[in-house]
Amino acid sequence: MIQPRLGPRIASRRINRAPSPLLVRTVPWVTVVLASMVPAWPYIATAPLLPPLGFLVLIGWQQIRPGLLPIWAGLPLGLADDIFSGQPFGSAILLWSLAMIALDMIDARLPWRTFLLDWVVGAALIVAYVLGCMLIAGANVPLVAMAPLLVLAVFVYPLVGRAVALFDRFRLLPLAKVR
Amino acid sequence: MGPSANRRSGNSRRAQYTTFFSYVAGGAGAAVGAVFLIISFFQPGAFSWLRGVGADAVAPVSSAAAGGKTASRNFFESIGGYFAAGSKNAQLRHDLERAHVRLIEADAIAAENHRLKALLGISTQGERPVATARLVGSSASSTRRFATLDAGTAQGVAVGMPLRSQLGVIGRVLEVSRGTARVLLITDTESVVPVRRAKDGIPAFAQGRGDGTLQLRLISLGINPLKRGDVFVTSGSGGLYHPNVAIAVVGSVTTDGAIAQVLSDPGATDYVVVDRPWASEAQAAPPSDEPQAGAR
Repeated sequence: MIQPRLGPRIASRRINRAPSPLLVRTVPWVTVVLASMVPAWPYIATAPLLPPLGFLVLIGWQQIRPGLLPIWAGLPLGLADDIFSGQPFGSAILLWSLAMIALDMIDARLPWRTFLLDWVVGAALIVAYVLGCMLIAGANVPLVAMAPLLVLAVFVYPLVGRAVALFDRFRLLPLAKVR
Repeated sequence: MGPSANRRSGNSRRAQYTTFFSYVAGGAGAAVGAVFLIISFFQPGAFSWLRGVGADAVAPVSSAAAGGKTASRNFFESIGGYFAAGSKNAQLRHDLERAHVRLIEADAIAAENHRLKALLGISTQGERPVATARLVGSSASSTRRFATLDAGTAQGVAVGMPLRSQLGVIGRVLEVSRGTARVLLITDTESVVPVRRAKDGIPAFAQGRGDGTLQLRLISLGINPLKRGDVFVTSGSGGLYHPNVAIAVVGSVTTDGAIAQVLSDPGATDYVVVDRPWASEAQAAPPSDEPQAGAR
């Protein structure tokens, strides 16, 4: 017989418990919107440097839990991002919707995935997204000025993935009592 | 990682419809985004009310955090001072920097007085600032350079008003909501500021490059007289920015002008001052008010 490794307190807390339905549904949406709000934090940038965190969290969720956010999630979440990003309104709605469709198709084509493959796919999407934003914003910024942001975004992405996994564990905490 | 949940809808009509409509909804989302984008290209201010609501909603948090930012930076600055050469070092260096800029501005004013002795009839001495506020956010991941100011129509801020800090020009107000305003920083690629060299008044335009530097374009073509370390101040032409406010120092000289470092790093300023446009005519027709209009 397998002995339960957990202490009696935690074990008793887990028995007869299920994840809270509220957390299960809202955590992905809330985390993406909060990440989108980061530009409203008091860091005044003189050059584009901050990775597009809302987008990173979105594709992080889609890669860790494919299908958890519906394909149309790009519309409401992109709208929230457009309010804070400073891009022309509609750019995140368009690009996030396209990214969700692209990720769904990639998920269908490559069912077995590794960390490295996820990173490569994520990095490709990030680079495409940043360049798309650049085109839409229409600012004549030299490509060299975007290099720090691109490098930072690609290397931060695995960390964002870890953070999303942490949010996912929080999402599934057994908090509600089963009757 | 294994394949995700079974994607095949099989014979279930319901599952087939769900999959189909989710794709349709995804495509429709992209289409809605494209329509919004086209609208905001032709009418840049079309969604400013939505941005205003969002900025107003998070403004209390941002302002509180901005206060924390100043406090924590001062804290670390003084610790850094201890490590370097005593706690007063940082403060003194800060004061010296400010005094240096003031000195250059005074030089510029003296030069102008000398040149325009006969024409000095306009007095701008009694001018009081509209508001003093903090910059509480910026478009840090975008190629455009916008910032959010935590003062809006309630404090008397209006579209087109110029902003400055103790160290120089910051930008101008682009959109206003009740409690916040959206600021176009001078480093944005659509921002053009008329400037002149502080010591002899060579006129030029300072256009943002989007990466924290300015491109200086000389108005009179010919031999490029600029040198590294030249300080530029606003010229006041166009009537928007007040004249003789320090703006940038030449970093590297190019064939038709120079690339200049901005003096007032908006990230390092605590408070900024909102002024009225210098000439009242500017309120009727600002030189380039639309952010999307070709300002080049």
